[in-house]
Amino acid sequence: MAEHHPKGRLDEATNTETVGHEWDGIEELNTPLPRWWLWTFYACIVFALGYSVVYPAWPMLSSATQGTLGWTSRGELDKDMKAAAATRAKTVAALADMRIEELPKHPELMRAAVAGGAAAFRINCVQCHGAGAAGSKGFPNLNDDDWLWGGDLKTIETTLLHGIRQPGDDVTRQSIMPNFGSDGLLTAAQIDAVASHVLSLSGKARGNAEGAKLFADNCAVCHGPAGKGSRQFGAPNLTDAIWLDGGTKDDVVAQVSKPHMGVMPAWTGRLDPVTIKMLAAYVHSLGGGEQTPAPEPEAAATP
Amino acid sequence: MVSVLARAGVWLAVLFLAVMASALAVDQGFAIHMGIVAIAAMTALWFTLRGADYDGIARGVLRFPDQGRYDDDPIRWGMIATVFWGMAGFLAGVFIAAQLTWPWLNLEPYLNFGRVRPLHTSAVIFAFGGNALIATSFYVVQRTCRARLAFPGLARFVFWGYQLFIVLAATGYLLGISEGKEYAEPEWYVDWWLTVVWVCYLAVFVGTIVRRSEPHIYVANWFYLAFIVTVAMLHVVNNLDLPVSLLGSKSYPLFAGVQGALVQWWYGHNAVGFFLTAGFLAMMYYFVPKQAERPVYSYRLSIIHFWSLIFLYIWAGPHHLHYTALPDWAQTLGMVFSIMLWMPSWGGMINGLMTLNGAWDKVRTDPIIRMMVMALAFYGMSTFEGPVMSIKSVNSLSHYTDWTIGHVHSGALGWNGMITFGAIYYLVPRLWGRERLYSLRMVNWHFWLATLGIVFYAASMWVAGITQGLMWREYGADGYLVNSFADSVAALHPMYALRAFGGALYLAGGVIMTVNVWATILGKLREEKPLRDAAYDPAADRPILAN
Repeated sequence: MAEHHPKGRLDEATNTETVGHEWDGIEELNTPLPRWWLWTFYACIVFALGYSVVYPAWPMLSSATQGTLGWTSRGELDKDMKAAAATRAKTVAALADMRIEELPKHPELMRAAVAGGAAAFRINCVQCHGAGAAGSKGFPNLNDDDWLWGGDLKTIETTLLHGIRQPGDDVTRQSIMPNFGSDGLLTAAQIDAVASHVLSLSGKARGNAEGAKLFADNCAVCHGPAGKGSRQFGAPNLTDAIWLDGGTKDDVVAQVSKPHMGVMPAWTGRLDPVTIKMLAAYVHSLGGGEQTPAPEPEAAATP
Repeated sequence: MVSVLARAGVWLAVLFLAVMASALAVDQGFAIHMGIVAIAAMTALWFTLRGADYDGIARGVLRFPDQGRYDDDPIRWGMIATVFWGMAGFLAGVFIAAQLTWPWLNLEPYLNFGRVRPLHTSAVIFAFGGNALIATSFYVVQRTCRARLAFPGLARFVFWGYQLFIVLAATGYLLGISEGKEYAEPEWYVDWWLTVVWVCYLAVFVGTIVRRSEPHIYVANWFYLAFIVTVAMLHVVNNLDLPVSLLGSKSYPLFAGVQGALVQWWYGHNAVGFFLTAGFLAMMYYFVPKQAERPVYSYRLSIIHFWSLIFLYIWAGPHHLHYTALPDWAQTLGMVFSIMLWMPSWGGMINGLMTLNGAWDKVRTDPIIRMMVMALAFYGMSTFEGPVMSIKSVNSLSHYTDWTIGHVHSGALGWNGMITFGAIYYLVPRLWGRERLYSLRMVNWHFWLATLGIVFYAASMWVAGITQGLMWREYGADGYLVNSFADSVAALHPMYALRAFGGALYLAGGVIMTVNVWATILGKLREEKPLRDAAYDPAADRPILAN
């Protein structure tokens, strides 16, 4: 394999010499490197060298070269985050010092709080409540005026701060509906009767005397004698067309037999107090927000 | 007789071990996989005993294959495997594209997106691309060395061993067995098996080059060799794992945290560089000059771009980890090496396209050349797009978006797919001794369906990717993010539907190829107006017998 290259032939179509090798009929032309290719290659190398001087690049023994521009990706992130924080600074400072009940008196601040709340909602709340806050089975719709625990600014803020059935939070919203079926408190026939009664409250089924009696004995303590619900226990209103865990007969039977008890995290510690205020303002703004009530016994009660 | 007995003994031992491992397995997936290995060993055992020439052995006459012909059996099997796995991979791709568009198509648990997605990527890269590379490398190395394959038994083992690797990987994904590392999902025992097969592949390839009757090694073989050697290194280093149990499927990697990420993307990027670029450039360097019947454009360019490509590619992986926990200096180096890689990559495109100098009319008259030219055009486009996307400011927009998916597919569908189709159309009539393909006009149909499919795919993913990038970073005047992630998902729905449509067109082209290849193998000829094809002289297609 040490022999010299045989002399190439002239390829007529391109007027170029071949190198003289041949493999299975394949020859190679001895065309020089295209100049534009070579110069672009050199230019890329020069760019690479220059870039690696001005930016952090070359690993040394204990650390890498820092680059003459002093740029770092963490520094750039910090700058961006500070710039974004600066645009929010005035709003955040004003909200930090204000009790949320007073927010409606400052429409401009309210608008800014709602915008900030909308952004925080998209990151933290859409997973359960949906991108449009319309909820889904087991997760409340926040666009309507049907509130489980109350819909004024202060109450919503409290719900956000302490969550619902959040283990380890002493003042979290707490209530438990008994497992009427799976714990044997009612028979299947009784549950069927009480489910029919519940559905009759909104005209979805015919009522029955046995169901009404069972409801009065077992359910009225939380849901109220007329089934209007109670915010003290987060007990849903059963007379309207809104059903947290489904409004078919099967859904109601399932819920009475072994209730689904939803959990919402307490956001204290996860989000800062200003963001929580903003979220409360945003949820309040969705359509069902209520006026802050004048002090009266029911609203003041904490469960 | 001794060698038959020895081989049968090995398969019997494998069979015994696999049955034991299956019985003692600590998880169900491992038990199923060892069952598959046992079936494979039993099949190998049966063929070893049944295929032996006992009469010849008894009379002391050893049966030798015809030394005056190339050893093409594993290549014929490889062609069929390439077409089969290609269709499986394209179908899986269209299915997961549809899943992203219509999520109810996620059929839990075996056919959800998370399991079918690696099935798709492995099927097209390793099963379709890998079989194409192994088969064409065995074809090209014999022709350009004018020598038969070294170690014919080993070559057959490489083919069937590689199919077993594919079956274990694919069934593993559907069973939920995965390391979770992109393009390196198979678990430890499948990795070990592939390592054995790959070392045998290297031995066959290098052995054949050593036995060559040509004074020089042709450029295609440099690229094949770079592909085989580098993939072996990448595969072994990225799969340094500790199995939890030698009788279970789970393992954990040695490298943790950002070091693990860097090793993974050093592997991942060079899977693109040495599997999908170097390997397929090797195919290009043989089949383009053969089909065009022209000399390669520039020998000098092939030397410079080969060495610059393989030197620069290996450093570019960190650009997959821009703006992560990877130190800034490593990100910088990943970016600048990617930029320097632009011209070395384009060297292959120039050498391929300019080989048509003096034969450009064939793009009009020869559908196979047209396919190869389109492959080179997509190769050039995606090797320009890659360096652009590695620039940090571009990457901050493009990273984690569908732009990356579009970029990968313009390379994979356009370059890897089209050059492989060209090679298949070149090889099938020659391997089965047919006068020509069943139909050259169907190649034309395949060409247009595939091209249109890629256009739909790439265009929809560019729009989708830039939409995502812009939506994610959009800040309102009040200093808050404007969109939620779910908003961007909803915005992409029409783009996802268009992408699935493009994929379906590409799949339709694949169906036409399958029919064409099948009919050619059966020896049928479609009556049609002739198109140009490269000439073939069976008398010259023979090894030079050593004296």
